[in-house]
Amino acid sequence: MTQHLPVLQVVIPLVLAPLCVLVRHPRAAWALAALGSLCAFGIALDIVSTVLASGPLSYDVGDWAPPWGIEYRIDAVNAWILVIVSLVSTAVVFFARASVEREVEASRVALFYAAYLLCLSGLLGIAATGDVFNVFVFLEISSLSAYALIALGQDRRALAAAFRYLIMGSVGATFIVIGIGLMYATTGTLNMADLADRLPGVWHVRTIKVAYGFLAVGCFLKLALFPLHLWLPNAYTFAPSAVTAFMAATATKVAVYMLLRFFFTIFGAAFSFDVMNLDMVLMPLAVAAIFSMSFVAILQTNVKRLLAYSSVAQIGYMILGISFASVTGLTAAVLHLFNHALMKGALFMALGCVAYRIGSVHIDAMAGLGKRMPATMAAFVVGGLSLVGVPLTVGFVSKWYLILAALERGWWPLAVIVLITSVMALAYVWRVIEAAYFREFPGDRETREAPAALLVPTWALVVLNVYFGIDATRTVGVAERAAEILMGAAP
Amino acid sequence: MREELVLRLAAKMMAPFILVFGLYVHFHGDYSPGGGFQAGVILAAAFVMLSLVFGLDAVQRALPLWFVRSCAALGVLVYAGVGFAAMALGANFLGYDALASDPEKGQHLGILLVEAGVVITVFGVMTTAFYVFADRGRRKS
Repeated sequence: MTQHLPVLQVVIPLVLAPLCVLVRHPRAAWALAALGSLCAFGIALDIVSTVLASGPLSYDVGDWAPPWGIEYRIDAVNAWILVIVSLVSTAVVFFARASVEREVEASRVALFYAAYLLCLSGLLGIAATGDVFNVFVFLEISSLSAYALIALGQDRRALAAAFRYLIMGSVGATFIVIGIGLMYATTGTLNMADLADRLPGVWHVRTIKVAYGFLAVGCFLKLALFPLHLWLPNAYTFAPSAVTAFMAATATKVAVYMLLRFFFTIFGAAFSFDVMNLDMVLMPLAVAAIFSMSFVAILQTNVKRLLAYSSVAQIGYMILGISFASVTGLTAAVLHLFNHALMKGALFMALGCVAYRIGSVHIDAMAGLGKRMPATMAAFVVGGLSLVGVPLTVGFVSKWYLILAALERGWWPLAVIVLITSVMALAYVWRVIEAAYFREFPGDRETREAPAALLVPTWALVVLNVYFGIDATRTVGVAERAAEILMGAAP
Repeated sequence: MREELVLRLAAKMMAPFILVFGLYVHFHGDYSPGGGFQAGVILAAAFVMLSLVFGLDAVQRALPLWFVRSCAALGVLVYAGVGFAAMALGANFLGYDALASDPEKGQHLGILLVEAGVVITVFGVMTTAFYVFADRGRRKS
């Protein structure tokens, strides 16, 4: 049975999704979604321990041997992504039970969980597969279900936001499939390891360079790299709270993983940085993303939108880490994938608690909530401090490695930029804290603390924020291993 | 189109042939162009034609929305079920060799069943999509 785990990881949520449609009962559908997430999480933990102990796993779907058949290949990099996605999914699904009942029409709850499971399955599939066309298929599964999930938001503008995401996301996916097609036309293979073997022989072919360009733009769109992030703020703002927490913590992370896979494993760091000068593209965009989006976040009055802009800025940190083209830089990027998932998951879930009780996440509506919803706002404060990068939280660990990577290259201005933008993050987190703790609660409303069903999953992520901020040996260990694999320094 | 006798008769006569052609495209899919996707669309097209001629209500009495929606879900289960069956018989996921004593027959059976799942889902999704669009604005009035 254990040899089937790489595929079961993806297939169990995929099978539970149609069951949700068939049972149609909201609670039963939720139970299936919870089962799917828990299974995926359990399997991911098992896989990551196996991979770290005894090297990559390979699974031939349909018993067709690679490179002809579809291979699921899991090394330290994607095992880590599987853990991130399934961990967040598990936390969110327990949060979703109460939150979704409040925010989604009862007749659509079962369909909501079907779409949720499909999205989970797609994201896990992108991470698990070792076949580039399979990446595209799972990308479409996760994206299409994501559009549906976002469109289920209460606000009518959710439809427009989902449609915009659909247009931009489809352009991104099309660019990716064109890139894959050009690679296939030149090399005749779709298997990642096989492509990595064959591509060095055809580096000079213009088709390959064009394929690289298409893949780059497609990935940038999907991971919302500035200035291709325009779909993200509205999609995150108007989606149901649970969806925002899930998407913010997983979808863009998996897109970053795609970028890492394409440009490091398949094309190789040498081609990416010596021939295509990827760092010359990534670094300015990353710096622009961090600066401009942090600044825009400070100006927002809707806290969900504020955090959405902050997400684009945080993606900038990951891309900055990648642009260093060093093991330390990649360690910082991979580490921040996990850490950012923890902090944004916790923050958006805390906002979901606020939305559950007061029905708004506007900064003025949150005035005085520090006293009325102490546990929720405390979760927000810890998550916010983690976002800023205060010591003893995961945000500090990420920024520490990012600054180390910058100094290692001797690019100290970039280290300064990381520090300055951390202060900007403090500015926008502070605006919420100021409203919640230092303004009077409008006396005409009755507001209680959010129910335990919402608080427990939120605090679970908050505790992880602190735990991995204090004891980062495990996360840094995996991230370093992943970085070495990506740079080609380890098998 | 209550009055159009020719259209009504022609639609009635063509529907069974379209359905059979859909099944042919599915079952012959491993020898000739075709397969689950095309077959599912052809099957759905028969019902789209019938509802254009006889009206949506008449078709939905025979083929209610909950049924086609369940079809959409059921097909995925058939597909994955074949994969799990292969796994239970000792092969990898979707390893059709294990489905029959002879690997070649197993491959044949496996692809046919998987494509049957595709037919069911594509039929379900196409019909659901048609129902949803055709129903727009009717319920409110």
